[in-house]
This record gives sequence, C-alpha cells and structure tokens, in this order.
Amino acid sequence: MAQLISRLRVWRGAVLLLAGIYFLVPMAASVWFSIDDVNGIGFDAYTGLLSAPGFTDSLWLTLGLAAVTVVVLLLLLVPAMIAVRLGSPRLRPVLEVVCTLPLVVPPVALTAGLIGVLRWGPDYLMDTPFFQTFVFIQQPEFPLVLVIAYVLMALPLAYRALDAGLRAVDVRTLVEAARNCGASWPRAVFAVILPNLRGALLNASFLTLALVLGEFTAASILGYEPFSVWIYSVGNSQGQMSVAVSVLSLLITWVLLLLLAAAGRERHHKTATS
Amino acid sequence: MSTATLAKTATSATVEFRALRRTFGATTALDGLDLTVNPGELLALLGPSGCGKTTALRILAGFESHDSGQVLVDGEDVTRIPAHKRDAGMVFQSYSLFPHLTAIDNVAFGLRMRGTGKAQRRRRAQELLELVGLPQRAEHYPHQMSGGQQQRIALARALALQPRVLLLDEPLSALDAKVRLNLREEIRRLQQELGITTLFVTHDQEEALSMADRVAVLRAGRLEQCAAPSELYARPATAFVAEFVGTMSRIPCERAGEGTVSVLGRRHAVDGAMPATGDLHVLVRPENVLLAPSPQGPALVVSASFLGAVTRLTVRLADGTEIKADLPTEGATALPVGSAADIALPDRPVLVDRR
Ligand SMILES: Nc1ncnc2c1ncn2[C@@H]1O[C@H](COP(=O)(O)OP(=O)(O)OP(=O)(O)O)[C@@H](O)[C@H]1O
Ligand SMILES: [Mg+2]
Repeated sequence: MAQLISRLRVWRGAVLLLAGIYFLVPMAASVWFSIDDVNGIGFDAYTGLLSAPGFTDSLWLTLGLAAVTVVVLLLLLVPAMIAVRLGSPRLRPVLEVVCTLPLVVPPVALTAGLIGVLRWGPDYLMDTPFFQTFVFIQQPEFPLVLVIAYVLMALPLAYRALDAGLRAVDVRTLVEAARNCGASWPRAVFAVILPNLRGALLNASFLTLALVLGEFTAASILGYEPFSVWIYSVGNSQGQMSVAVSVLSLLITWVLLLLLAAAGRERHHKTATS
Repeated sequence: MSTATLAKTATSATVEFRALRRTFGATTALDGLDLTVNPGELLALLGPSGCGKTTALRILAGFESHDSGQVLVDGEDVTRIPAHKRDAGMVFQSYSLFPHLTAIDNVAFGLRMRGTGKAQRRRRAQELLELVGLPQRAEHYPHQMSGGQQQRIALARALALQPRVLLLDEPLSALDAKVRLNLREEIRRLQQELGITTLFVTHDQEEALSMADRVAVLRAGRLEQCAAPSELYARPATAFVAEFVGTMSRIPCERAGEGTVSVLGRRHAVDGAMPATGDLHVLVRPENVLLAPSPQGPALVVSASFLGAVTRLTVRLADGTEIKADLPTEGATALPVGSAADIALPDRPVLVDRR
C-alpha cells in the first residue's frame, strides 16, 4: 500500500512536470522573444503596446461586456434552474437540452445568423419602436448584440457549472426546511440556496469571463473592437509586438481570474467566521 | 436548566385529519384519512412503505396540498395558511441542515427569519443546543458532525420557534442501530418534558411501540387502527394490524360452532367477530405458542434463531404449516432442530382471519 502511494507520488510529480514544461516553455520563450532587444533586454514592445491607440477603450469594453454577460446569464439561469428543481423536475431534461444546444452551433454560424437578423430587422421594423431597439443594441460604445451572442455561447458552460453546484445540495429539502423555519419561499432561496451555490456561481462566472475575454469570431465579424480584436489588429502590424500582446492578454486573464477567486475565498472566509 | 422555561412557553395543540384525500396521478396516497392527535401526545404513524405517512405529514406542514378533506389544528382549518406560517416544527428524513451555517446558526435560523436580535437568538439557540445535548458543537458545520448529531441539531432547529406541533418524518432511519436507540429515548424524553404534540412517522414497528403514547397504523392511505401500543399488540383490530405489529403465525382452523373454532385439536373461543363465511386461519404470536418435547408430537422443529433471553423456533406441522414459537433460551435446548414436539395454544380467545 505504502509502495503504491509512493509510486503514485512519483507519477504525480512526473505528470506535473510534463504539464509544466508543456505550458511554461512556450510561455517563457514568448516572454523572452518579446523582451529580447539588439542591445540586451528592452520593454519597447510593451510600452508601445500600452501607448497604442485604443488600448484602454478596448480593454474597458471587454470588461464591461464580460460583466454584463455574467450578470445577464446568471439572472437568466439561476432562477430557471432553481424553479425547475422546486416546481417541475420533469422539465429538467428540457432545460438541459435547451441550454446545451448552443454548444453544437459554431460561433461563425451563430454570428452569421445574427447578421442575418440585424440586416433583415430594420427593413421590416422601420416604422416601429423596434427599429430604435435595433439601433440601440448595435451602438459601437457598448454593443449589446455582443452580449446576446456571448450569453448564448456561454450558456452551456454556465449551465454545467451551476448544475454541478445544484446537484450537490438537496434544493427541495433545504427550501422546505427553511420554510418550516418561517422563511417565505423567495426568502428561503436567498437565505439557504444561493449561499450554498457560491462555488458554482463563481465557476460559472469564471468560465463566462474566460470565454468573453478570448472571444474573437463574433466581435470581429460584427465589426466591433473589444480587447481580443484590438490585440489582433495591433499584433498584426509588428512581430515582436504581436507576441507581447499575447503575453499581456494571458496576464490580464490570469489576474482577472485570480481576483475572482480571491473574492470568492474572501467571502467564504467571512461566512465561515461570522 | 432551560427545559422548564421552554416547557412553560410551549403550547400543545390538537391535530385532526378529516377524510383527507390526496392522489398523485393514478396513485392514491391518502384515501380518506381520519385521525385525531391529542394535545401533548406522541402519536406514531406506522405503516408499510407508500401508505401515505409522509404525505400526511407534508400536508400538515404545508408542503403538499390535498384534494379533499380537512386538516385542523386546534379546530382551525390550516389549509390556507402557507408553510412558513404553519407553526409546525419538522425534522426531515434526509439530513436537512443548512450546509453553510454552523450548528448554532442553523438552530437560530428561524429566529433570524422572525427578526429576533442577534444576541437574543444566539442565547436561545445555545439553550436549545444544551437541550439536545450538543452545546460543544455550536460552531461546527453540518459536514463536521455525525448523522446522529445532525439530527439532534435538526430537532433543536425544529423546536426553536416553539411550534405547536412537532413533526418527525423517520428522523432515525438514516442512523445506525445504536445511535437510533439512544436518540429514540432522547426524543421521547424531550417530547414529554416539553409536552408538545408530536407526530412521528416510522415504518419500524418496534420504534413506534416503544416511543409512542398511541400508534396509528396506516394501510393504503387509510387508518386501520389507532390505539395505545399495548392494546395494539394484544388486541389488534384487523389481521393487517396483527401481522404488521409484531410477528404472527397463521394456523388453519375449522369452524366449531358459533364463535368457536377448532385448532390443533382443541376448541377456542374467537376474539371479536368471526367472518360469516369462508375458511379461517388462527393468528398467533410466537410467545403464545406452547411447545413441549415429545417424540410422537405433530410439530417438527425446522429452525432456531437465538434472540438473547428467548430463542425463536420455527416448527412445521404435517400439512406444511409453519409456526413460530418463542421459548426461554434454556428451555429451547431441549428442542434441537429436527426433534419433534407437542404444540398447543393457551386457553384463551384467539384471533381469526380469512384464509
Ligand atoms: N410528489 C409525488 N409525486 C407522485 N407520487 C407521489 C408523490 N409523493 C408521494 N407519492 C406517492 O404517494 C404514495 C404515498 O407516498 P408517501 O411518501 O406518503 O409514503 P410513505 O408512507 O411515507 O412511504 P415510505 O415509508 O416509503 O416513506 C406512494 O405511492 C408514492 O409513490
Ligand atoms: Mg415517507
């Protein structure tokens, strides 16, 4: 037994090492390439990048899109999934299929569909209030149409994450126990279900955030310039800069995910000690 | 300590189910249940799986609706009162503590919902934890506690709002035998100290008989009999009750006149009404079967199981009827498996049922 465990440990180490090499070597090489200069080390590529026009605008746009997407997605999914569990468990497979469907639609196809609607809509809706809606969701400062696309793309991921969380708690019994303790049922959901879903909510936000930060197809085809598209256009112009750009975007993604994780842990700590 | 203060404020209610019906599609969970629970008594709802025990409890707690009939608490119809205002504390069959709250916060949850101040609700929750014997677990999370401890906390949580009725849905079924015995006694002690009207659902007849003031036996959504444990055991109203509560053997018998049957070669008066037609069985409890070693006897010992003070023998008659008999363990050594015995029933009225 002890031998087995020690052998497992060796294997674990080996796998970790291999994975580490697989990820770290290309990254180290990229970093090295991006700071390699004729006369030693230089950060020209990075400073050039940060001062390039559109950096902050596109970064803010992406962060804004990510935040709105996460909020919309959770507001749609969480009540629906809890309601299905409490009210009509038989609808659960239906919800599951609907939420997983976007997985089989490639982003390009989704975007093509969106373009079709956006083209067709205004012609028919010219004289109705819906025309303004079409204009509104396409404004370049904050294209809500991208949020719609992202919500659809992230739906399967967020659904999986939340489903895993909900499976771990007996929603029905907990709500009934809370109601038995004098909580009306909306209050029961807020007081006992949501706190137990914290991990799942965080995971769903994680995945959505990562997806929005990296999404390129829809944004670029629809002609907007969030961070990913901006990075692409800047990187195209110069070799060293293009690598600096990918290193930077990796870093930004990491920082955001770490912040989210830290926020989660912080809150957990608070509930644990209060 | 606090049982006295708790008992003073606790009020006990009368609960009445009247012709309660509930169907789920084609299944009838409750088929006109009539039952009254007296103030301060512990009534056990006993019955086989699927007979509607949980449904009755959930209707009383407000988690389930009923198709027709009434549920009255202290004479008041509670149908229109939502679950969170029913004033009934419930302990669930599955572990139902809130995983993100410590024991004390779980117990204080109801008080928090009611808007009681933090200091006050913690004080009261601490009292309740002492009441269920777990004051040292106050800051533990559910996953850090054993199943028995969790159910104690759940009991404390159910009592925290001083409900008029306490509902226990097989609270012990997930626990191992020893913990179950302890907790059973403890629930009974608490219930008696607090004098709270309690409905205890179980399908374990021993649990029901040992804890309850009265036991209501349910069958397919209807009440078969509701009586004190000793009466239920000694004078079961129906064959179903007789066989569900305790062990019963069936012995074929002949009619021998009005209110009399002949069984094992002797005549016995019939206890209660005798079915007018059809072949009959006598129902007999193992402790009422008399066996004596006899090489020419009609009964053959086919198996023996040691139960402690008594040993339960199974004997077979010539016609294949198997009868269970409890003998004091020393006496049973005279009747090894394979030996023959004389068999008789005590000279008193017997229960009969159609074959
Ligand atoms: N929500 C429901 N939907 C459909 N059928 C149900 C539902 N709840 C209960 N039933 C059915 O009603 C009947 C009675 O169920 P109930 O849970 O009251 O039985 P029980 O006496 O508590 O049994 P057990 O000892 O197994 O807990 C069963 O046949 C059950 O299948
Ligand atoms: Mg049940």
